[in-house]
This record gives sequence, structure tokens and C-alpha cells, in this order.
Amino acid sequence: MRVVVDLTRCQGYGQCVFMAPEVFSMNGREALAYDPAPSADQRQNVLRAAAACPVQALHVERNAADPEPGPYPADGDGFRRDGRVVIVGSSLAGTRAAAVLRGEGFAGSLTLVGDEPGEPYDRPPLSKQVLSGRVPARGTALPRPPDLDAVWLRGTPATGLDLDRRRVILADGRDLPFDRLLIATGTRARPWPDPAEAALDGVCTLRTAQDATVLRRRLASGDGRVLVIGGGFTGSEIASVCRELGRPVTVAERGPAPLVGAFGGVVGAIAADLQRAHGVDLRCGIGVTALEGEDGRLRRARLSDGDVLEVDLAVAALGAVRNVEWLEGSGLAAGPWGVACDAGCRAFDINGLVTDDVFAAGDVARLPHPVYEYQFLALEHWGSAVAQAEVAAHNMLSGQTHRWPHLALPVFWSTQFGVEIKSVGVPTFADEVIIVQGSAREFRFVAVYGYRGRITAAVTFDQGMWLEFYQGLIEQAAPFPPRFRTVDPAGAACPVPAQVPDRVGATHGATVVVTGHDPAERRAWLVHRSR
Amino acid sequence: MTESQVFGRILDRAGRADPYPLYAELRKTPVAALDDGGYVVSTYREIVALLHDPRVSSDRRNLAEHFADREPAPPGRAPAFIVVDPPEHDRLRGLAMRHFGPPGSPDLVTGLRPELTAIVTELIDAIAGDRRADIVEAVAYPFPVTVICRILGVPREDEPRFHAWSTEIVESFGPGDDHVAQRVRRRERAAEALGDYVRGLADARRRDPGRDLLSGLLTDDGPDGGMSMEEVVSTVTLLLVAGHETTVNLIANGMLTLLRHPEVLERMRHEPGLVVGVVEELLRYEPPVHFPATRVALDDITIGDTTIPRGAPIVLALAAGNRDPDHVRAPERFDPCREANEHLGFGGGVHYCFGAPLARLEAQTALAELTRRLRDPRLVADPPPYRPSSALRGPRRLLVDYDGVDP
Repeated sequence: MRVVVDLTRCQGYGQCVFMAPEVFSMNGREALAYDPAPSADQRQNVLRAAAACPVQALHVERNAADPEPGPYPADGDGFRRDGRVVIVGSSLAGTRAAAVLRGEGFAGSLTLVGDEPGEPYDRPPLSKQVLSGRVPARGTALPRPPDLDAVWLRGTPATGLDLDRRRVILADGRDLPFDRLLIATGTRARPWPDPAEAALDGVCTLRTAQDATVLRRRLASGDGRVLVIGGGFTGSEIASVCRELGRPVTVAERGPAPLVGAFGGVVGAIAADLQRAHGVDLRCGIGVTALEGEDGRLRRARLSDGDVLEVDLAVAALGAVRNVEWLEGSGLAAGPWGVACDAGCRAFDINGLVTDDVFAAGDVARLPHPVYEYQFLALEHWGSAVAQAEVAAHNMLSGQTHRWPHLALPVFWSTQFGVEIKSVGVPTFADEVIIVQGSAREFRFVAVYGYRGRITAAVTFDQGMWLEFYQGLIEQAAPFPPRFRTVDPAGAACPVPAQVPDRVGATHGATVVVTGHDPAERRAWLVHRSR
Repeated sequence: MTESQVFGRILDRAGRADPYPLYAELRKTPVAALDDGGYVVSTYREIVALLHDPRVSSDRRNLAEHFADREPAPPGRAPAFIVVDPPEHDRLRGLAMRHFGPPGSPDLVTGLRPELTAIVTELIDAIAGDRRADIVEAVAYPFPVTVICRILGVPREDEPRFHAWSTEIVESFGPGDDHVAQRVRRRERAAEALGDYVRGLADARRRDPGRDLLSGLLTDDGPDGGMSMEEVVSTVTLLLVAGHETTVNLIANGMLTLLRHPEVLERMRHEPGLVVGVVEELLRYEPPVHFPATRVALDDITIGDTTIPRGAPIVLALAAGNRDPDHVRAPERFDPCREANEHLGFGGGVHYCFGAPLARLEAQTALAELTRRLRDPRLVADPPPYRPSSALRGPRRLLVDYDGVDP
């Protein structure tokens, strides 16, 4: 059987652990770990756990014996009855959108295109339960939605999009006609920039189940030092697993602290303390200048401060690259920043005009968020992928007046070093930060971020139950700094600069130029510099 | 009727059998100011918001001066974690959890399953020769008492002693009636006596520890230090009272509800898995706890159109929120197959019921066995007589006629 926990909703009540302790476990005070593919004899316990979840965050695949929902209702709308929907990208966002389309009564043809060969799977466990060896990499398949009556083209990447003829072109030469298209091609791991060094045996990245299989094998088979290049979430979670497995690990982070790109320097410094408290050799302000090998095997890494590390395993955790190459020349506003869309997930064309039949969702999408001054945000979060897929699917079926905007605030989680880290809002959209509850020293606290006098984000370490409250404050644009009395006050005197990095790099490698003079002939063009 | 009058009628024993129409009345004002300066919150969204609001305290010592004599903090004794705030709450609850659930003892509750079935079997066997039984006396009360005694390490045969004190404490809980001072005095006396009893047990266990929670609390130093003697006493007292004054209502309310919905009862006989959904729906539809411990505003809290002033007591009407039509479709329908049944049966936030997993398993076990074994059970009186408490609401007796007991 298959199960997935919406850890965006999970608040660490632990009721599932009580009901099915062989499937779920608490790793520390709040961090939940689980087996996404428990054996069939655990089914009753898992169903008990799902029923008991106070926030109903467990999704269990239906058993063939369970009653299926009735046939999908078709209504009079022609598109709903016999339209053609193609979804490119069949991971979390793509499959969720497919389920919503059917659930909302779409009875036409539905085709899902995916570049990976197997069934859709959940990625967050890869850097946690899978690396630690608790579940196999193939064991994170997502629960199958009830029969979607869809055509799945697996292991068949899309290579082009012809907007005029409304066709998706596939690697095998076929093309798929569509009436509405959803782009959900996600991201891939940014590779180590030097191809020869990246090809050394022992240099890894982590994004796919295949990556996780390889990395797990290497972590389990050796006992030498591991080098993690990049102290973002993936890098930090890998370092956490290394320590859990008892392996020495060095994290080389170019910035002043881990997680600084997401949370700024203040909370980043606490994350640094957390890593060091767990025995990570954390080197901040340090880059890796070269990876050197012998006979094709990684032997050592040279650091920017001149230090040399003898390592045979290095993981490049350098963030993600959006899968947009197949859209080159399509006329969509697709580039290294992702696929730009409106708040209803409708893609923009290159001129910034919104299309009516092409939608984007998930890690590849970039949407304006009204709460953040309509800035376009690419939210590579599990919960955002689900929420955008739902909005996109709904809007595909809806007329102008019934469309939904994607206004969900981003919520994110990470499990590392036995601490459940969560955030709501956009912590980098801030000038100041203050710790309001708990204790940073004990790695259990709430930090609130403000921008020009209003609250824009909150980050919790093992204090997830308060997150919704702060979400409400962000939604109300409540004044920053907060001045109310709370339980467990942190006693911080006043806010400090949040030390968030400048927003750079999003358009690296591509530039838009504008040509023409007459309003009727002015057009934007995307210029690719390098890739 | 003013909100205070509606609330007064909810507290009045005369309305105990069916407070739900009054809750519907109350929900018209989601956050209602009472004449005595307190507030009662009755809609789902607002209750959930306050349960997760760090400006809301469970510590009555934060009440404004003029409320302080209403529900004073117990003098001299360590307060139990149900009435303290983080971080103290988290420390005490975490220490207790080490001997009850994850991460320290994740298998404890599931491991009790065979024992739970055995206890229920024995209790039902005892009424096999009769044709009429009081389900409260026969199963709903003795079952959870036996279980909590075993878990805590309290001798079952002492039950008549601590039951009287426990009842006294519980009956006086919840939003007030008009004999406040008297009520508080009675409760304090009972709490004192029960505390002395538990302290005596603890002294004995410290000399001769067993494998129970009481011994665990006394001997476990934990990574951050253990509990003081007074903290052990208050924790065990709390668990003893909560563990046997609440689940009794869940089981008795459950049997009553099933007897009122014979089609569900019939389905349960051949769908053993249904009991899981039945218990969740009971926790929504007929929860054992209608009002949790009174909360206090630490600051002015604006919610809905109302501002609750700092220091004011807040009553969360969980059972009213559970039937809020803005939260749940057809709230007055008992539907064990509800999807995504999010309810307030065990509260929410950091004070979410400590014993919830045990209560769930106990209710599942008792109701599954009762429905499976009692042949053609019928209510003798509907409504049955109720216990006086408005906060912990359930039948005092539940007489049922049946045609025999299957093995």
C-alpha cells in the first residue's frame, strides 16, 4: 500500500505514531518520518492513523476493495465533455492536477507526459528516510489517485511546444494535440559546473529516486568523510543523514551560514549552531574550487581557503535548474526563471500577454503574489505544487468569472538534525527579524520577519503548532514588530536586520530584449547567453 | 435571549440531554461576551484559531485580578501540565510522554490492544446471564479505570477511594454555576486528598519501582532532568482523573448514539473496520469533553468582531464548534463515513489530549465488542439520566435491554 503525509499540514501531534508505530516515527520532538510504502499487513493500522490525524494530513491509497467514487459527472460544457488536456510533467503537480480535473468533472481525454520511466513518486523522503536507509528509493511512490482514465506516456520527454498548432512534440517524434496544456516539468539538480569533475566517480547530486539510490549505496558502503557542497535545505538534510549514520561530514557553504538563502543570516546562524552541535564540520564563506580524482575516482577537494580535503564522496547541493529547455522558441515567457504566469497559473507569452489555454504549476511555475507586492515568486515547495496544480486544473475548466487566484501563502518544511523546521510566507521578503517565542539556544523557537513595518514571514524550529497563527498575521498585514504578549516569550529586546541575500541570479543566462517602434509591432525576444 | 442567558441554559442541568440547539443559538455570536466578563467561543474556525494562538494561556494565574477568586491556582502544589503554558508545559508533558508514547515509548498503546480486548471480554461476559444492563456501570466506567490503573501503577482495588475524590474534582470543573466559592473549596479538598493518596503511592514506588508510568516518572532522569516529587504527584493525579472521567463518556455516548442509529449498529456487526470511523464521528458528534480547561487572554485579542481583553477568561465550546455548519456539511447527521473528519473532540494545539490514542483504542475496542456481542440491544430510556457536569458530558446510567450475549 502507499501513503503520503502532507507535512505542510502536519503539526507533529504524533497520533499516527501511536496508531502505527511500525510505519510512522518521531525523530525528535516534532519531526515525523514514515514509510511511504508500508506492507499490506499494516493497512489497518495505517487507516487508524489516517483517521486519528487531528489535521487530516495522511493520504492513503484506496484499496481496490474500497468503494470508488461514482462515475465522473459530465456536464453540458463542450470542453469538459470532449476536450483534450495534455499535462507535461507527471510528478506531484501533474498527477494532482489530473486528479482535480477528473474530480471537477472533466470527461475528455487526458494525457500525462513524463521523462522518468517509473510511477510518480514523492521527493521529500529521498533526502531523509531514503538516504538514512529506512525506506528504499523505490518505496516513495505517490498514492495512485482513483482511476483517472488517462494515457500515461512515461520515459517520453517532451522536446517542444508548438503554440500555433497547439501541439506538444515528444522525443520520439510524435506530437500530441491539446486544447489545454499544463506545464509541470519541475526542476532538476544543478550539476557541478565542471563537467569533467562532475563525471568523477563519487561526485553526486540528489534530485531523483535514481540519485537517491546511488547516494544511499555510497553512504552505506563507506565510512570516510563526506563533502556536501552547498548548505541549503538539501545539503543540510544530507549532512544530517550523514551524522545520523555516523559518517564525518564537511559542509562547504559559500554564504555566511547554512539556509541563508531561504532564511537570512540570523536564523542561518542558528542553523549553523545546530549543524555544529551535531558534529558537522561546517565551513562558511568557503567555496570548493576543484574536485580532483585519480583513475576516474574522486580523491580530494580543494577549498577556496587553500585547504584540501581527502574525500571519495562529494554531493553537489547547489540548488535546482528549471526544466524549460523544451519550451525554447515556443513563444512562452519561459526561461531560467521558470514559466511566468498570472496568479491563476495561466502562462504568459514572451511579450507578457497572458495565454488562455496554457497553464503552469509546481516548481517550474513563477507567479506573482499580491501579498509580496505582486513580485513573481518561484516557490519550490511541496505544498505550493499541490496548491498550484489545484488552481490550474480548476481554472482550465472555468470561465473568466469563476477562476481562482493562487493566493496560498508558501509553507515549507525541512527535517534535519531531529528538528522540524517550518516556514510560512517569504522570509527573504524582509528587512528585519525578531525571535518572539521559545529559545534559539534550545533550537525550538518562532522567528517573525518584517518588511517595512508589516509581518511577511515566520520560521519555526520545533514549534509548528503556532505557524497558522503567524500565517494569519501575514495575511492581515499585521504590524511588525509584533508587540503582543505570548506564552513562552523569547525575551528578545528588539528586531535585528534579517540579513537576507539580494535577489539575484534568477535571470542569469537569459535576457529579454524589445524591438519595434509602433505599439502594434513592439515585441519582446528572449536572448540565451549560455547554458 | 442574551448570550449569557443561552450560556446559562447550557450550564443548567435541565438541558444536559440535548445542548445542541443551544449551541446553534450560541454560534450566532461566534465570540460572545458574558455578563460576568468572560467570553465563550462557539464556532469552529475561531476555536481552532484560539487553540493555536500564543496569546492564549492555560494558566489561570494570568486571570485579571477581579477574576482571580473565581478559579484560583491551587496553593502550594505543582500545577499539572494541563494548566500551565510552554515552555513548562512542554517539559512536563514531554517527560510524561517518555513513558506513554513516541518518541520514547511508541509501541506502548498498540501493545495494550490484546489486554484491552481481554478486559472488555471479561466485563461483557459478566453480564452474559442478564437481559438488562447499565452499560456505564458494566463496561464504560470499569474498563478505562482498569486500564488507567494498570498504566499508571495505581492499585485497581483502591478505586472506591479515589473515585469519590475524582468525581468531586470533575463535577466542579468547567464554566461556573452560582456556588463558586463552595465549589472551589470542595474541589480543593478533594484534590488535596487525591494528591495525598498519590503521594503515598509514589513513596512506595520509589522504594520499589515497577514497570508503570508512576515508577517511570520517579526514576527517569531524562536528558534534561526528571520531575520533582510534586510534579510527579500532580501529573499522575491529572492522568488518573482524566483517564477515568472522560473515556467513560466517550463509550457511553457512543453506545447511546449507536442505539439511536440502529442502521450503523447493524453495519458494524459485519464491517469490523467501521468502528474507526464511528469513533472519530462520535468525537465530533457527541464528544466526551464539551469545554476544556478555561483559557486566559494574555493580551487584547481581536477575533471576529470582538476584542477579548487581557486577563479575561475564555471558554472554548468544543462541542458547538464540532457542529458548526460552516465547518462540516450536515453537522447534525451522525455519519461514520465522513471524509477528512477534522474535529475538536480532543481539543487542539499544544494541549491536545494527552491520552487521545488510548481513548481511541478503548472506545474502538469497547464499541466493537458491545455491538458484536449484545443481541438486539435496545435503549430502556431515551434520553438517559446524565451526569451533572456540563464540561465532561455523558450519561450517568445507560440501561439497555438485550436478548442475550454472543460469545
